Amino acid sequence: MSRKVIESSDAVALAVKLCRAQVCPMYPITPSTHIPEKISEYVANGELEAEMIDVESEHSAASAVIGAAATGSRTFTATSSQGLALMFEILPITSGMRLPTVMAVANRALSAPINIWNDHSDSVSARDQGWIQLYAESSQESLDSIIQAYKISENKNVLLPAMVCFDGYSLTHVFEPVDVPSQKEVDAFLPGFKPLHRLDPKKPLTMGPIGFPNSFMFFKQQQQEAMLDSIDVIKKTNAEFKKAFGRSYGDGLLDLYQIDDAEYAVIGMGTLCGTARVAIDKLRQQGKKVGLIKVRCLRPFPEKELQNAIKDLQAAAVIDKHISLGQEGPLFTDIRSAVYCNDISINSYIAGLGGRDITVKHFEKVFADLEAGKQKGEWLF
Amino acid sequence: MACRGKEGRAFSLKQRMVKGLPYAEYFASGHRACAGCGEALVVRHVVKAAGPNSIAVMSTGCMEVVSTPYPETAWEIPWIHVAFENNAAVASGIDAALKMQGKRKGINLLVFGGDGASFDIGFGALSGAIERGHRFTYIATDNEAYMNTGVQRSGATPFLASTTTSPAGSKIHGKQQPKKPLPLIVASHGIRYVATVTPANVFDLHKKVKKALATEHASFIHAFSVCPVGWRSKSDQTIEIAKLAVQTRVFPLYEIEDGVLKFSQRIEKKNAKPVKEYLQTQGRFKHLTEEEVQKVQAYVDARYDFLLGIEGKKCFDVLY
Repeated sequence: MSRKVIESSDAVALAVKLCRAQVCPMYPITPSTHIPEKISEYVANGELEAEMIDVESEHSAASAVIGAAATGSRTFTATSSQGLALMFEILPITSGMRLPTVMAVANRALSAPINIWNDHSDSVSARDQGWIQLYAESSQESLDSIIQAYKISENKNVLLPAMVCFDGYSLTHVFEPVDVPSQKEVDAFLPGFKPLHRLDPKKPLTMGPIGFPNSFMFFKQQQQEAMLDSIDVIKKTNAEFKKAFGRSYGDGLLDLYQIDDAEYAVIGMGTLCGTARVAIDKLRQQGKKVGLIKVRCLRPFPEKELQNAIKDLQAAAVIDKHISLGQEGPLFTDIRSAVYCNDISINSYIAGLGGRDITVKHFEKVFADLEAGKQKGEWLF
Repeated sequence: MACRGKEGRAFSLKQRMVKGLPYAEYFASGHRACAGCGEALVVRHVVKAAGPNSIAVMSTGCMEVVSTPYPETAWEIPWIHVAFENNAAVASGIDAALKMQGKRKGINLLVFGGDGASFDIGFGALSGAIERGHRFTYIATDNEAYMNTGVQRSGATPFLASTTTSPAGSKIHGKQQPKKPLPLIVASHGIRYVATVTPANVFDLHKKVKKALATEHASFIHAFSVCPVGWRSKSDQTIEIAKLAVQTRVFPLYEIEDGVLKFSQRIEKKNAKPVKEYLQTQGRFKHLTEEEVQKVQAYVDARYDFLLGIEGKKCFDVLY
C-alpha cells in the first residue's frame, strides 16, 4: 500500500491496472478522458499487459467489450454522458448475455443544452438495463469500487456487468490523497478471470441467439434473480475488502452517517454526500439530530436495507441529480416506493443539474424544511 | 458427423473432399432460411472453406434469425451475435482477446453482415475496425435491401429497383440513386485483399475465402446474395440469376489484391448478355419501361468500364 495524491481518473486507471484488465476498448469523452489516456500510457510503457482498442465510437467500445468478454478476457471501458447514451443499445445486451465486465462512468449531464459538467442523468437513465450500479463519493472509493466491482461482476452467482459511477470534475479532475493497494494485495483479493463459457473452436457454442416469446421471459427472470442474488455478493465483497484492505463503504449498499439517533436525514448519491457530511457536522454542533443515507448501490436497489435505515426517522429528503422529466427524481421514486409502508414523510429535491453547485447552505435549507414539517421539496438553485 | 464402420470404429467424414471441396459442413442444414436463399448458400460455403478452426460474428439480420432460434443452432463453429451495426466492433474485441491469450494464430475470424449492416448502419464500425488493423475476414452478404424487416431500400439497393420504401410509384419509379461501391471504398482503406463472390461460382468462392483468411489484417468479401422474397424471383432460379448477374456484368467478379484489381471472369461488352435478361428474372424490376431498361444498361456498362479502366493497375494504396 502506498499513499498518492491523484485525481479520481488516475485512481480508476490505477485500479484497472491493479485488476489486470486484459482488453480495454475506449473512446474519449469529457470528463472521462483522463482514464483512457492513463491506461494507454500504462500499456505503452509495458506497465499493463493489455490490448487497448482505440475504437471509433462508444457504441463500438461497448461492442468490443462484449467480443472480448465473450472470448474470456477481463475487460474495461469508461465513458460519460452522450457516450453512455450512444452505448445504450449495447447495455442490455451485455447484461442479457451475462457477460461480466466493469465500466467507469464519469457522470456528466446529457445534452441539450450541451453541458460537460456533472449530474447523474447519464447513468441513472441507464438504471434499468441490468447493470449493477455503484456510485462513489471520493477518489478512494472510486479506486476501491472498481476492484470490488470486478469481484462482484465475475461471481458465478452474479455474472452481470457493473458500472462504477463517479462524478465528473468534482471527482475526475480533483486531486485527493488515495491509498493505493499493492499488486500483490489485489492479486490475492481478485484472482484472474475464469469464464464459464467462451468462444473457442475446440468447444463450439452459439452466443446471442434469437429468443422467441416462449423463452424470452425466462431469460429476464434469471437476470432478475441474479440481480437480487448480487445484493448478498456486494455485501460480502465489501466485507472481504475491509478484511483485505482495511476500508469498506457501509454495508456495500448503503453508507450511513449519523443515522443512529437521527430524526431527519438526507438521501443522495456521489459527491453531494461529502458536502452533506459537512452540513451534518455543523448542524450536529447546534444540537440538531440530522444524518445521511448514502445510496452507494442504486441497482440492485437495497430495499430492505433502506427500510431498516429509515425506520426511526421522522422525515427525510431525497436529493436527485437527475429528473425523470414529467415525473420526479428517480432516486426519490425508488425510495418512496421502498418505504411505502413506513410512517415517514419524504420530500424530493432536484439539485446540481449540469454542474450547478450543491453547497452546505443547500443542505441547511433542506434540513430546516424537514424540521418545519414541509411536505414538499423543490429545485435547489 | 462421425460414422461407424463395420467394426464400430468411428471415422470422420470431415476429412473427405468432394471435387476438391471439403465434405464437412459447419453451417448445418435444418436452418429456417427461405427456399432458394442465396445468402444461406454463401454463408454455408464460406464456413465450409474456413473449416472448424473458426469463430463467426454475425450482425442482426435474416441469417441470425434463421440459424439460431433458441434453443436450436445451425452453427458447428463458435458463433456470436450482438446487434445490427457492430459486428466489426465485436470482432475487434475477439481479435484483441485472442491476441492477449496468445491464441490468435490459426483461428479464422469470420464477420458476417448483410448489406444493411455493412453498407449502411455498421459502415462506421467496419471502417474503424479495418483502420485499427484487426485481423478478420468480413463477408458482406448483399441481397440489396433490408430483407429481414420486409424489403426496404438500403445503400446497396440497385438503381431503379423497387422496394417497400422505394416503391415503383406513378411519380417516382423505384430507387433513384446508384448502389454504394462498398468493395472499392473498403479497398481504399489500404487493405491487401478485397474480392467479390456469388453462390453460383462456388470454386471461385472457396479460393477467395482461403486467400482472404490468409491475409494478415482485414480482408473483405462482397457476396452477391439472391433473395427470392425481396427480389420477387423464382426460388429455383437463384443460381441462374447469380450466373446472369456475372454474365450481364451487373455483378462483376474480381479480386483486388495488393491494390491491383483483377477480374475473375472478364466479360467483354461484345460477349455480355443484355442486362434486360437479368432484370426480367425479378419482379423488383417489373415496372421498368424500355427507356429505363436502357438507362440501367448504360449505368451497368459505365460501372464495368470504370473497372476495366483500372484493371491491372495499382489503383489502391496498400497500408497494411
